[in-house]
Amino acid sequence: MSDERQTARGLTALDGAISLIAILLIVQMWLLTATLEAFLAGYYETATPGAILSGVLFAASFGLYRFIDRIDRSARRGPP
Amino acid sequence: MKLWRDEFSIEAAHERYVARRQFGKFLVLTSFGMFVGNLWILVKSYLRKDEVFPRTLVARASDVAKGGVKLFTYPGPHDPCILFHTHSDRYVAYSQKCTHLSCAVIPAADGKRIECPCHHGFFSIDDGRVLQGPPPRPLPRILLEQRGDELWAFGVDLGNNPATDSGVRG
Repeated sequence: MSDERQTARGLTALDGAISLIAILLIVQMWLLTATLEAFLAGYYETATPGAILSGVLFAASFGLYRFIDRIDRSARRGPP
Repeated sequence: MKLWRDEFSIEAAHERYVARRQFGKFLVLTSFGMFVGNLWILVKSYLRKDEVFPRTLVARASDVAKGGVKLFTYPGPHDPCILFHTHSDRYVAYSQKCTHLSCAVIPAADGKRIECPCHHGFFSIDDGRVLQGPPPRPLPRILLEQRGDELWAFGVDLGNNPATDSGVRG
């Protein structure tokens, strides 16, 4: 496979991962506003599941970032 | 490898990788910020103190005719509330702020519901639950007690417990 084609495939993988992170981030933004709205209205029981779910979404985003980093590393710096 | 080599592409072809990785890093940092925000809400909810409500004279029962209403503020001067003397001869009071976007609620024309005229949300006059429209939660109920002819407010029920009867018989 030519270098150019490999680069294009790597970029496609990065774009896919970034798109997934963006979707997770939108869900997380909605979650934060919904939890805050409920909290300000005096409904405190949503705070714990909201924080847990937000943590899971952050962990997933971080995992995808590690994936991006790994692809970037293998493309630019050679294998680890 | 040194940090500057990570953050700046030496070869022009690698610039797209660096730009995407840095954008990904920005998104993940934003995600971390959202997580911290949720943690902050969690900590605040654990550290909250139970609110102590004052006892406040709302109205004289004889001053509110059957089917009538009276406006008052409770627990603070900036918390508008509305007292109803229902057709079933009960006195019930609610926060006047709609739980959708805080418009002032008013009695509906049929006398059996509470209406938010902004977005046509309707609440039950009996317990404040949502009957129709966009409000996500019931109206907070003002807990009332009757001493002779006087109606006193002594607390606020957010509507978590539908079994609570916050009104008083007329």
